[in-house]
Amino acid sequence: MGLTLRSVGRGAAADEKSGPRADLSVALAGNPNVGKSTVFNALTGLRQHTGNWSGKTVVTARGYYDYNGRTVAVTDIPGAYSMRAGSAEEEAARDYIAFGGADLTVVVCDAGALERNLNLALQILELTPNVILAVNLMDEAKKRGISVDTGGLSRALGVPVIPMAARRGRGVEELRAAIDGFEPRPFAYTVRYGESLEHAAAGLELTLENVLDGRLGARYAALRLLENDPKTLESVNSHLGFDLAAHPRVSPALDRARAELADAGVRDVPGLLISGLYSAAASVRARCVTGGSGYGEGQLKLDRFLTRRSTGIPVMLLLLALIFFITVKGANAPSDWLYALFERIGALLSRGLSALGLPGPVHDALIFGVWRVLSYVVSVMLPPMAIFFPMFTLLEDLGYLPRVAFNLDSGFRKAGACGKQCLTMAMGFGCNAAGVVGCRIIDSKRERLIAVLTNSLVPCNGRFPILIALITMFLVTGSGLGSSLLASLALTAFILLGVGMTLLISRILSRTVLKGQASSPTLELPPFRRPKIGEVVVRSLFDRTLFVLGRAAAVAAPAGLLIWLAANLRVGDTTALAAVTGALDPVGRFLGLDGVILTAFILGLPANETVIPIIIMAYAASGSFQGYENLDSLRALLTQNGWTAVTAVCTAVFTVLHWPCTTTLLTVKKETGSLKWTALAALIPTLAGAILCALIARIF
Amino acid sequence: MASNLAGLGVSSGAIVGDITAFGELRRRLMDLGFTPGAAVRCLFAAPSGDPRAYMIRDSVIALRGSDASLVTLAG
Repeated sequence: MGLTLRSVGRGAAADEKSGPRADLSVALAGNPNVGKSTVFNALTGLRQHTGNWSGKTVVTARGYYDYNGRTVAVTDIPGAYSMRAGSAEEEAARDYIAFGGADLTVVVCDAGALERNLNLALQILELTPNVILAVNLMDEAKKRGISVDTGGLSRALGVPVIPMAARRGRGVEELRAAIDGFEPRPFAYTVRYGESLEHAAAGLELTLENVLDGRLGARYAALRLLENDPKTLESVNSHLGFDLAAHPRVSPALDRARAELADAGVRDVPGLLISGLYSAAASVRARCVTGGSGYGEGQLKLDRFLTRRSTGIPVMLLLLALIFFITVKGANAPSDWLYALFERIGALLSRGLSALGLPGPVHDALIFGVWRVLSYVVSVMLPPMAIFFPMFTLLEDLGYLPRVAFNLDSGFRKAGACGKQCLTMAMGFGCNAAGVVGCRIIDSKRERLIAVLTNSLVPCNGRFPILIALITMFLVTGSGLGSSLLASLALTAFILLGVGMTLLISRILSRTVLKGQASSPTLELPPFRRPKIGEVVVRSLFDRTLFVLGRAAAVAAPAGLLIWLAANLRVGDTTALAAVTGALDPVGRFLGLDGVILTAFILGLPANETVIPIIIMAYAASGSFQGYENLDSLRALLTQNGWTAVTAVCTAVFTVLHWPCTTTLLTVKKETGSLKWTALAALIPTLAGAILCALIARIF
Repeated sequence: MASNLAGLGVSSGAIVGDITAFGELRRRLMDLGFTPGAAVRCLFAAPSGDPRAYMIRDSVIALRGSDASLVTLAG
């Protein structure tokens, strides 16, 4: 889900100029899903969320550490399979290594899939000889019967090679020492691409050496010119400040080289280059790796079980329902306990404020406005989040989410969308703003927009507790095991409503405003990894739960004050809030809600967490409501104000389907750069919710 | 014997012949290791039968049938 301060906060993109002055600057490169972010965290000690799915790092993160009296800056660049830019992420990775000015590049490799990882490492060695190879996941590979001779690898490639198991902290000190002791090298291992290509490139290289004068490797430039990939050349040209192919001395040399290749019958230079890289990688692997394939029988059995027609989808739904069951069941008691605690503290605060001699309205605004809303948000939000997030993170770390994307791909394909949208949808469960940023993992621009526009159709953690509260108050009452089971099924049903709407609206979008052919996603299914439970709990508590809660509380406190004022300060014979809710009442009623509920959703724009406390306060100001010790008294208050099961269902549907919060909208604006798409991102779920609610209200 | 990867049955292995895809997809497939001569094995399929998961160069990569059909097999 990538929900950290960095991924959704102001620091979403690392700023080259900020941070301490570094004596040494290191770029961290590697294939997706090789534990690059774990190495980054281990080196810098910076908290950054690392998940087990491909293309996780969607922002360039930067961290620092001190070693041997020097400050080292580490830049974690997006995972890439190749230095030839395909996706925006790979382009960013290539440009940073080629032109970013790092002193040294650490290429993180998966010991269990060294051949494919070497393909990237060899491409990076073409750009710069200043490389350290960090062969990570050595422990995992060993378990699968693979052993890597890192000494041999170092001799073969001519660069330092550090064996690592970064999750266990192994090899981190060795890597730090190797970075510290690194001496720039004149040259390293060079891949040879066959006689014809080498001969043509050699002539071109001589010319380029004079023209480039050390600003870019002549061999790298020669190969890129012959490869003729427009995107790569564009980056090369913008780095150099002139069109390299059109340079008066380069142009004739390039023509000669191309003619030579044509004479030799070489037509597909890019194909020849990749084949050459892979043969080199395979021969290095053959020399340095012993042991068979990294994918064992146990993995295969588990994968088949999780994806088979008869078990794949049922297991997925059961897991989802099970997580909700544990969340609903487990959150109940701590919620009551927290609320009671907050009430007791509130009573003390109230006495304290009275003792200070504050006027009555000020006391009421602080206690009934700020404190009550804050205590509701904390006691109702914290327990479900503290239970849901670690469980979700566990599945994520295990590597289950890519399997879900695999299972649901055909659904997304029929909707004209990308299977990876499933992953960004899953991020949306945590935070829609993070989900929208996560859409960068989708390569096709059209499919990325579909994923961005539909992300808020799945409820984020700010909306889960609303759904749980509505379900346990009106749809499934009682507190037995059976009720919890039913409640979790109801919650699953509302989630499936969100998923179904995602598919439906993706389909409509891809047939109307975002017409086009489905692209060809390639999804890597990484090996299952045993999560480190303690780390998962700590990380999801600190990185996610407390961060989200802090943001909600920061909005809830001032919102509580404002709404209390609006609900209690009389203007003539009415209050401001009553005037607004009265005006919105006809619209609300049409949707199966009422004016108060609709107003609460509008005022909840900065944070959905405040919707229920706003509803309570608006009702309480006009009625005889004294307090809301538990859900029963809350239900009584809502029933007094005309709520029925239908009201609860409509409110729940509207909770899933309405405008995204301001953070999400701002993120959509930033990601799409367009007001039109931002407006559509708000309009689509609202329209879907309004239609559905109106229908439900008419039918029942 | 299947002529392309889409026709390769679950649990069967083969050798990659050629990549008949063009442009971006060709590049991506080759970057993932689908190059002439590479050994490939079909491991399992999604509930709907498509996409399928392939073992290529010690990694598991999922491809849609329409894309797998653009990888021909040798022999």
